[in-house]
Amino acid sequence: MTKKITLKINGTEHTMEVEPRMLLVHAIRENVSLTGTHIGCDTSSCGACTILIDGKSAKSCTVLAVQAQGKEIATVEGLATAEGLHPIQEGFHLNHALHCGFCTPGMMMRAIELLEKNPNPTEEEIRWGISGNLCRCTGYNNIVKAIEWTSAKMQGKDLPSTEPEFV
Amino acid sequence: MIKCKTSKEIGGMGHSKKRKEDARFIQGKGNYVDDVKLPGMLYMDIVRSPYAYAKIKNIDASAALAIPGVVAVVTGKDLEKYGLHWMPTLMSDTQMVLPTDTVMYQAQEVAAVIATSRYLARDGKEAVMVDYEPMTPVMDPFKALDEDAPVLRSDQEGKSDNHIWHWEVGDKEKTENVFNNADVVVKQQMHIPRIHVASIETCGCVASYNKVENHLTMYMTTQAPHAIRTVIALVAGHVGLTEEKIRVISPDIGGGFGGKVPVYPGYVIAIAVSFLTGAPIKWIEDRSENLQADSFARDYHITAEMAGTKDGKIQATRFKVLADHGYTDASANPSKFPTGLFSIGTGSYDYGASYMEADAVYTNKPPGGVAYRCSFRVTEAVHAIERMTDMFAKKVGKDPAQLRMENFIKKEDFPWASPTGWSYDSGDYHAGLQKAMDAIGYHDLRKEQIEMRKEGKKFLGIGISTFTEVVGAGPAKDFDILGIKMFDSAEIRVHPTGKAIARFGTKSQGQGHETTYAQIIAEELGIPMENIQIEEGDTDTAPYGLGTYASRSTPTAGAAAAMAARKLRDKAKKIAAHLLEVSEQDLEWEPGKFFVKGAPEKAKTIQEIVFAAYTNHPEGMEGGFEATHYYDPPNLTFPSGAYICVAEVDAETCDIKVRRFVAIDDCGNIINPMIVQGQVHGGLTQGIAPAMYEELIYDESGNILNGTFMDYLVPTAVESPNWETGHTVTPAPHHPIGAKGVGESPTVGAPPAIVNAIVDAVAHLGIKHLEIPVTPFKLFKELQKVGYFKKNA
Repeated sequence: MTKKITLKINGTEHTMEVEPRMLLVHAIRENVSLTGTHIGCDTSSCGACTILIDGKSAKSCTVLAVQAQGKEIATVEGLATAEGLHPIQEGFHLNHALHCGFCTPGMMMRAIELLEKNPNPTEEEIRWGISGNLCRCTGYNNIVKAIEWTSAKMQGKDLPSTEPEFV
Repeated sequence: MIKCKTSKEIGGMGHSKKRKEDARFIQGKGNYVDDVKLPGMLYMDIVRSPYAYAKIKNIDASAALAIPGVVAVVTGKDLEKYGLHWMPTLMSDTQMVLPTDTVMYQAQEVAAVIATSRYLARDGKEAVMVDYEPMTPVMDPFKALDEDAPVLRSDQEGKSDNHIWHWEVGDKEKTENVFNNADVVVKQQMHIPRIHVASIETCGCVASYNKVENHLTMYMTTQAPHAIRTVIALVAGHVGLTEEKIRVISPDIGGGFGGKVPVYPGYVIAIAVSFLTGAPIKWIEDRSENLQADSFARDYHITAEMAGTKDGKIQATRFKVLADHGYTDASANPSKFPTGLFSIGTGSYDYGASYMEADAVYTNKPPGGVAYRCSFRVTEAVHAIERMTDMFAKKVGKDPAQLRMENFIKKEDFPWASPTGWSYDSGDYHAGLQKAMDAIGYHDLRKEQIEMRKEGKKFLGIGISTFTEVVGAGPAKDFDILGIKMFDSAEIRVHPTGKAIARFGTKSQGQGHETTYAQIIAEELGIPMENIQIEEGDTDTAPYGLGTYASRSTPTAGAAAAMAARKLRDKAKKIAAHLLEVSEQDLEWEPGKFFVKGAPEKAKTIQEIVFAAYTNHPEGMEGGFEATHYYDPPNLTFPSGAYICVAEVDAETCDIKVRRFVAIDDCGNIINPMIVQGQVHGGLTQGIAPAMYEELIYDESGNILNGTFMDYLVPTAVESPNWETGHTVTPAPHHPIGAKGVGESPTVGAPPAIVNAIVDAVAHLGIKHLEIPVTPFKLFKELQKVGYFKKNA
């Protein structure tokens, strides 16, 4: 038994037949072949599959594809535009906030909502804000820095240095 | 500041160049193994044992096979027909691919279900009925050696106990003499618990066998693609799959940390099924399978002793280890080093007597013994020596920083021969510790500690770890895996227009090789690093190498890159002499060009020279501009570090908070400070993890109690402090670019600094030692034992 659904992902509609049990993350990765959204666990703990649904960050492994019918879905592939990278992508690159890159898409999608709700987060607010997303490589220092940098960039403020303080 | 020889445009060593690999990762265009999709691909899921030790009486696959879309169910008996039900481990032990009669640990692979989709494969897995006859497992490694313990590896001919091997190093008699005559001896039993690398990407593969060509392409999460190709050939050569017919592709890897070095049964089953069906087979394990069945790290029970004089001179150490290897010895260690490089455990201190011994045992736990971001058991060793150094300081009544300063090997005494046989290449331990103490304000903290104790709300602790690492395995005379010497390789091809591609036998899993290797070549040849493409992970195109783990890539492949580039520079000099019509002796090099001595306007850039190599090279010279080098290091490298942790313990709740952590690392010459610092940050978080949060816990029946990310506590951004980092530079004297390797130093050095800080915070209450992970509850129980809460009631 399958159900016909239409998912609007990064502005494009995709119609597909899915089993009601299919997870949204699988529909995105396998049916639409947008593989930038990753799977890192089976308990909704790691956040590698984080996307935006109607602007709110969600772990797409906890949502059924059929539940996303009619919603606006945003994934990492939709961040860059013809004008260039999204500030969060720039922030992560310039501040060395990624190593293996596996948690990065989910981490950035989460950060986007965080900054939308709280454009000037403190370090503590950032740390709690991304605490649903695990990173095993970076130790988080530079992810925090990247989000601070993006916060400044998005508000047109003076940009913090992206040189490492490693003396 | 690091002085750079090259301009920022060239971007050689010392420049914090932004990473070349980022572009694809930040745009969702990485290519990880689960992103690989081939026509006609089938999916595999694995039935796993709920028991730690049981006989398999029957496997009934009929209900699974009745599900439309389930193509096959494969058992050990099926693989047995082809002799594929066993495989060698990296330590030349043996491991079941699928069992024919007995399961040896919980979550062990029992059967594989092949289906047309991921979901149907999982349905099939649920429908396979296995009839088990459970037996009492051996879970305690100490009891595994009891005479009446069941012999777990009865598959090994003549095996009459659960003992795997005995190892020892150092001078036993000399050490005993020192201990017998010493003023002070401290002794502590400690357990370095079983933990898991838990890279955010789990393991998996797509095995694609082409029957017509008799050729296997294996996309897999491996840190060592070339070695894996050889292992596959050894396992499957007898069915016609020989090494030239195997191509291993290691695409982007979502973190490795040692967990992606071994060959897991899932890979071999996928290959076997693809071989039999001709269809590509995808196998991606889920997180619980990853935590429960893939290689663990650590699990060393150590009895550590230190002897010294009453005024604080360290004279000897003695370590006795019991290593719990689980069902088989599947450690990722060099062949001659069953305990890895544990013998680095004499530490950073100048004394002449040490004796270490270890025994390994089989139990009914999953096999492993991989790194967890640590160079071959160095973490265990460093934990022991750094805890003992603190206990010794406490016993003789000396400040632990002062005692370390008084016992350090002096920088003028390198190379230094350790009592366990290493030749430490270089170091400046005094400078590192002094820098860390200045950065953290050590002496003021000691005053604050006294004040806070008087106040009594929170207790402050300051913990130090001054470790010596040993990485860069290694010299071919001593280091091999399954007989293959541990050199590594680089191949550089410079195209006529002066742009290059370089390929390596290593494989980045996030370390940034595409950037740092390009910087090494830029340093040597003066070609801008942006114009140098780096490739790894395809055994059909890259030169053979033993892969990336144990912080070996820079010490081995990084050196190979420099050596290959120097071969090219020699050739460039000949061509430049030809072009400028001077003799080679008249030429001088500066990054990017050769010029005539005393006449700098007479010069040829590297780009002009390379073009000439294809268009106008001297007669008799081979055309082209390519070089390959296989680098066999003359010695290991010995990075070091001085770490200071400031911890606060809540006097009522026992909550533990790391207030500050300063890490000063010495990894020799630095290729890219930004990347080195990033490695240190990440390594430190993988240091606080086992120190305070992570442990794989089993009950007596062999059940894992925390085999998911719900309860295996990988630190989040909240648990990780804001790491403060810095460096000193003592170049490795024998390394072409003076680099030492850094990826694992922080994971090695951080845990004892943290534990020393927590113990220091509560030492005045009578606590002498705490086992890791130090949780608030564990601390609460220890404080209860010393009567702390009674006194305060």
